[in-house]
Amino acid sequence: MMISANLNTYLIIAVVLLAIGLYGMVQHRSLIGMLISSEFILNGAALNFMAFNRFTAPNPAVGQIYALFIMAIAAAEAAIAVSIIIAVYRKYQSEDPEEVQDMKM
Amino acid sequence: MIVFEYIAEALFYAFVALTFAGGFMAIRAKLLMHAVLGLMVSLFGVAGLYFYLGSPFLTMMQILIYVGAVCIIIVLGVMIGNTPDQLAAKKLVGKNLPLAMLASTTGFIALFVATINRTEFTPAAERVGDMSIRFVGENLLYQYCLAFELISVILLTAIIGSIILARGGREGKTP
Repeated sequence: MMISANLNTYLIIAVVLLAIGLYGMVQHRSLIGMLISSEFILNGAALNFMAFNRFTAPNPAVGQIYALFIMAIAAAEAAIAVSIIIAVYRKYQSEDPEEVQDMKM
Repeated sequence: MIVFEYIAEALFYAFVALTFAGGFMAIRAKLLMHAVLGLMVSLFGVAGLYFYLGSPFLTMMQILIYVGAVCIIIVLGVMIGNTPDQLAAKKLVGKNLPLAMLASTTGFIALFVATINRTEFTPAAERVGDMSIRFVGENLLYQYCLAFELISVILLTAIIGSIILARGGREGKTP
């Protein structure tokens, strides 16, 4: 039994990626670190889509299109998030989420 | 023949190890630059997993878009992060550590148990088409045209929005 040709293997890898993303999201003390963690969560989701696409889906193009869609969303999200973080830094001179959570000047 | 299968299997383990090692490096790093490097390593490993899932096209796109573009964008954001001297002055990592452990282990165990217990995913009775780029392109432009157009509009909006938001440099006037 090849472990690389088994649906559960990929699902578990995706779960580990999600757990890594959750951990980093809660634990990091900077907005950029939280953005990096969100990329892990998105990658876990895309990996799940591709795994089901490979092993169970009737049309093998759908999962790839979904994964491409997730990549485009992630790219747009990263660009927007970085520019928002830069704008926030300009106002508060800090990127610690705790210092900017009041959103007061 | 069987030797090649073992080599492929070993490479699969290597890609999985790359994914996890990069992930742990990203979340345990003190410096943000190291976190971005860990993210790059991890995304490269995921690209290898896409190859094992039968899609060389997505492997290339993952390396091009994620490792190439997204990580470079995040590196541009790292410039406002703390320098090593500032990091020594204040304790950045570890404040929310118990909460983070709780959240991630709870999520992991819940989904892991669900994955192990509910394993009977039945494959589709018949599959049409193949994993080739040609088939993906035909599907993307005929049947899933809306997704294609949505991606374009979202990317255009994101480009314009990020230019407007980040205009003026680090110390400049906010629009």
